Amino acid sequence: MDVSYIILGILILIAFYMVYSYNRLITMRNMVGKSYSNIDTLLQKRFDLVPNLVSTVKGYMKHERELLESVTRARSDWMNASTIQENAGADNIATEALKSIFAVAENYPDLKANKNFLLLQEELVGIENKIAYARQRYNRTVLDLNNAIQQFPTNMMAQFFKFQTREFFEVESDQIREVPQVKMYDEEY
Amino acid sequence: MDPIYESITANKRWTYLFFFLYAILIGIIGYLIGIYIGSPLFGLIIAVIIFGIVLLVSYYGGQKMVTTMAGAHEISKQEEPYLYNTVEALSLAAGLPMPKLYMIKTDVPNAFAAGRNPENSSITVTTGLMERLDRLELEGVIAHEMAHIRNYDVLLATVAVVLAGTIIFLAYMARFSAYGGFRGRGQGGPAALIILIIFIILVVLAPLFAQLLKLAISRKREFLADATGADLTGYPEGLASALEKISAKQKSKSKIQNSALNGIYIINPAIGANIGKNVWSTHPPTEERVRRLREMEFIDQKTYTTPLNTDTTKYKSQTTHYNRKHVGDGYLVCDKCNGYYELQAGESPDDFASKCECGGKLEYHDSI
Repeated sequence: MDVSYIILGILILIAFYMVYSYNRLITMRNMVGKSYSNIDTLLQKRFDLVPNLVSTVKGYMKHERELLESVTRARSDWMNASTIQENAGADNIATEALKSIFAVAENYPDLKANKNFLLLQEELVGIENKIAYARQRYNRTVLDLNNAIQQFPTNMMAQFFKFQTREFFEVESDQIREVPQVKMYDEEY
Repeated sequence: MDPIYESITANKRWTYLFFFLYAILIGIIGYLIGIYIGSPLFGLIIAVIIFGIVLLVSYYGGQKMVTTMAGAHEISKQEEPYLYNTVEALSLAAGLPMPKLYMIKTDVPNAFAAGRNPENSSITVTTGLMERLDRLELEGVIAHEMAHIRNYDVLLATVAVVLAGTIIFLAYMARFSAYGGFRGRGQGGPAALIILIIFIILVVLAPLFAQLLKLAISRKREFLADATGADLTGYPEGLASALEKISAKQKSKSKIQNSALNGIYIINPAIGANIGKNVWSTHPPTEERVRRLREMEFIDQKTYTTPLNTDTTKYKSQTTHYNRKHVGDGYLVCDKCNGYYELQAGESPDDFASKCECGGKLEYHDSI
């Protein structure tokens, strides 16, 4: 009699724990999804501005065709990307290319006086920063989820309900090397 | 237990305590006034109604009241794209909704957050802050305020500020009417006695409330917000150097000083008046906060998060100059007709005649 009560109590506790950890896993997975969609929205916004930037800058930057092409290429890479890794790759190329464009812009006083360019630059720099932070948030939520999926005892629940670990949005990538080197001009130029 | 979760519960508990104490106080005053007008029950009912209104107003309107008290105005993305983008970036990092943005026109750098929950919150900065900090420092400050929002420090601070504000106001009124009562009706009489009792209660309780305010917005919360803020940006040095800059620039008499509000700023504005260390020690000394920030290590940043891989951190806004209405040049105010003229960029009071069109004398004020 007494023993059956104890067993019943233990079973109830286990059931409570299962519900709790299942809900926790779901919350974590939703957080990963939400933080990923934040990155996605930002990448969309940034690449929407790229054609705008290219057309503003093209008239001034005659010698930087390669640079402008690389940012346009990153845009089409991103549009064709399906995995997180491909997304991250396109993001990294675009970041590097935009950084170079803004660095080179320092050499063009006319461009720097163009209000449209300055507004675009402000917007793009802001988006870059937001992407960096959204990526950080995403990676943290992924870390939490992956830990829960792999660590005991939640791993049993995760296995039972087939939760899968997620990929990080990596920053380092081989593709960065494809970005052309920026020529820095001498004083007399 | 998770320190942040613990802090959230503590903040909610403190908020209830504030409401409770406030209810007792209003009840007593209502009862006394009821005796004065001949019906204690009527006094109590009025007190309950007033308490209900104050409760609702401080909870739902607290954020607006605090920002209005601070002399801040709401700004849009078009007016301040640089600030807006920075705050949006950190709200993404914290996984919180975007707060409303407010700005105070003053040269003194400072910032605070207000609101009742992350969905209904605001961050206020001064124009002086925007001008003095680079992007990394500004991010540090905003991240600190984000941490206050996430930890529900804003709920407690906002409610506390509004409630303490009304008590301080009532105490002021009581003092005023007490003097009037004594002089007008001579000595004695139950009326004067009751007013005297209310006066004493309020005078005793006003500093007590201020004390509670001080306890509520405690040092522990500031350290926690510093730490979580630094964790959010992954760069403690940004906040550390911002704190140093801000505390060095507080002035002995600045527009943002207000005994009810001092505690909610990132750096207490009263430290400029050299009373920060003892009377209003809502915040730990800046040196201590900076020291703790500089000792922090973020080992995990290298492994799974790379906070910023762009070189945009030193970037300072260039478009803001187009949009920001010029600030800090002050006004010329006529002492007779009360008309005023706002000085534009590059103008100085010496460029103008000291006489108003109406014949009054024009005086220079840095704010109105």
